[in-house]
Amino acid sequence: MSAVIDDHGHASDHAHGPAKGLMRWVLTTNHKDIGTMYLWFAFTMFLLGGSFAMVIRAELFQPGLQIVEPAFFNQMTTMHGLIMVFGAVMPAFVGLANWMIPLMIGAPDMALPRMNNFSFWLLPAAFLLLVSTLFTPGGGPNFGWTFYAPLSTTYAPESVTFFIFAIHLMGISSIMGAINVVATILNLRAPGMTLMKMPLFVWTWLITAFLLIAVMPVLAGCVTMMLMDIHFGTSFFSAAGGGDPVLFQHVFWFFGHPEVYIMILPAFGAVSSIIPTFSRKPLFGYTSMVYATASIAFLSFIVWAHHMFVVGIPLVGELFFMYATLLIAVPTGVKVFNWVSTMWQGSLTFETPMLFAVAFVILFTIGGFSGLMLAIAPADFQYHDTYFVVAHFHYVLVPGAIFGIFASAYYWLPKWTGHMYDETLGKLHFWLSFVGMNMAFFPMHFVGLAGMPRRVPDYNLQFADFNMVSSIGAFMFGATQIFFLFIVIKCIRGGPPAPAKPWDGAEGLEWSVPSPAPYHTFTTPPEVK
Amino acid sequence: MMVCQPTSPWFATQQVDVMADPVPLKRLVTRLLILVVAMFAFGFALVPIYDVMCKAFGINGKTAGQYEGSQVVDPSRQVRVQFLATNAIDMVWEFRSKADELVVHPGAVNEMLFVAYNPSNKPMTAQAIPSISPAEAAVYFHKTECFCFTQQVLQPGERIEMPVRFIVDRDMPKDVKHLTLAYTLFDITARQPPVAAHSGG
Repeated sequence: MSAVIDDHGHASDHAHGPAKGLMRWVLTTNHKDIGTMYLWFAFTMFLLGGSFAMVIRAELFQPGLQIVEPAFFNQMTTMHGLIMVFGAVMPAFVGLANWMIPLMIGAPDMALPRMNNFSFWLLPAAFLLLVSTLFTPGGGPNFGWTFYAPLSTTYAPESVTFFIFAIHLMGISSIMGAINVVATILNLRAPGMTLMKMPLFVWTWLITAFLLIAVMPVLAGCVTMMLMDIHFGTSFFSAAGGGDPVLFQHVFWFFGHPEVYIMILPAFGAVSSIIPTFSRKPLFGYTSMVYATASIAFLSFIVWAHHMFVVGIPLVGELFFMYATLLIAVPTGVKVFNWVSTMWQGSLTFETPMLFAVAFVILFTIGGFSGLMLAIAPADFQYHDTYFVVAHFHYVLVPGAIFGIFASAYYWLPKWTGHMYDETLGKLHFWLSFVGMNMAFFPMHFVGLAGMPRRVPDYNLQFADFNMVSSIGAFMFGATQIFFLFIVIKCIRGGPPAPAKPWDGAEGLEWSVPSPAPYHTFTTPPEVK
Repeated sequence: MMVCQPTSPWFATQQVDVMADPVPLKRLVTRLLILVVAMFAFGFALVPIYDVMCKAFGINGKTAGQYEGSQVVDPSRQVRVQFLATNAIDMVWEFRSKADELVVHPGAVNEMLFVAYNPSNKPMTAQAIPSISPAEAAVYFHKTECFCFTQQVLQPGERIEMPVRFIVDRDMPKDVKHLTLAYTLFDITARQPPVAAHSGG
């Protein structure tokens, strides 16, 4: 261990590489090491949350109860949501931020490297705690990822206290990560890298970080109120003591709606780098992209009650939240228009990152449109809590956030590993994911419109065929991700050596360093003209 | 320039020669931390804000506290007021209204009696929570007296009649012809242990 400390103790020894052994990863303050750990952690959680989804789809393969108890089914839907949101998507984007933001703005590392290490290592602790509740008597959280009171307070299993503590840890980790990103972007940019020259991934992450700083504390407050209601006799959410369960939903969705943009804005940024590269044209409408992102972030704070149209808010409230929500389509439309215009008359090639990026644009737009349908308050009375909602948010999260992460992974793998990934296998991964994902989630629109409620282990016979198709698609999508693991490991172990700039149309500082990126980069800041 | 490892100092910028910082790192991080604390406090501030908004706009069927005023009766208009008495889960009392509904004139003071009976063999405390449907009528429903303003303690086998007196506001929108006043009775014995001696409702 002393060797490791020595290694980092000599500030003048700037040629050193990483320390050896396990302690390298425990003690590292290097943004690339931490980014790698975030990405591996996110992928592990993606497989775990995915295996919970497989349990859900296996139970729903046919009507009737055949594989799991309804109580366990509820734990699976809850844990699937929590792990995918907080364990897979968010850490994956923080991992990408760690790896790429310093490389993109010409910084030697993140601004707060030790805090960076701490914010990563909180995550395994948090998720170990969360997942361990599944093995406790009474089971894990079973109240849905939205954990509405009083389900999560009065009627919660004993393990809810562990769940609350796990959420606190995740929140602290996210807040520290976000502060680090803001500090890095605002203070460590290379000379000449003005704000309006930053790559869009950096811009979207800056805005995402502010969203995180603004809403993660509200989530912490929300679970703290739950904790006090459960253990300390307060009545924030209990009508008996003068509280109100509907208050829970307001506090939760004040966090929850910006949260969904936290999960998508970095994907917008990554795709805005990838599409110009493979179109061999600069991004169309850079400035409008920045303003559109900021507008979406602002609007995300004033639309939360569109998740609550059926709780009995007044007509004026329904109208306000409906129109505010529909307004989000304007900046989002600007973005989609810009991506399509970037491709327009470009010299397009369809390497794997581009395939995922183009699928992102098309399928995210479909998810956006079903969101518009849900935003219409009178129509939402019909759609609320049906599988249509499940179809909607899986269309924005899977081909949105997850495809954005896959696109980024393929795009930057040569920079990370120094090897080209296997293009044939990458394309196969894309097409299997694309077909599997659409097969899994498209039929959910139909069963939802026909009235199938979400979060049920059993359903009416009329939904049987579509559910079987969904399950087959989900199994296909799930199995394909094991294949992705194989592709990544193959790429790490070998493959054609990658040049510093493996994509001829790529722009940006990250391509000015060799592949694989050396352990320390930009120790002398580059000049940006 | 002596190139430094960003890994060694806590604040890397102090040694790395980059663009002139618009805000020194320490001050920036302090500001961000203040924002975090402020937003945590804001989460709790939502609680009173929500209460004020609900009472002011009658959101969610919440009724205000005791009404002190009086109004002129409007004999030309009739409104049906239905009564619901529901037990929260685990509440063992019998709880009902003496009549299912009243037809009232806006502006007039009306009274309805609710009956509660404790069939258990221990003293218990209860709290009734009112709610009005449709929710937009809640601000036009005034209670001059209500058993929901206090808690009820019943000895084993004790039965009480509890009054609610109310006025339906003359300004209530004309399209509301029918109101429901619903009470949910919660067992709060654990929170407010009843005094062993006799007490009434």
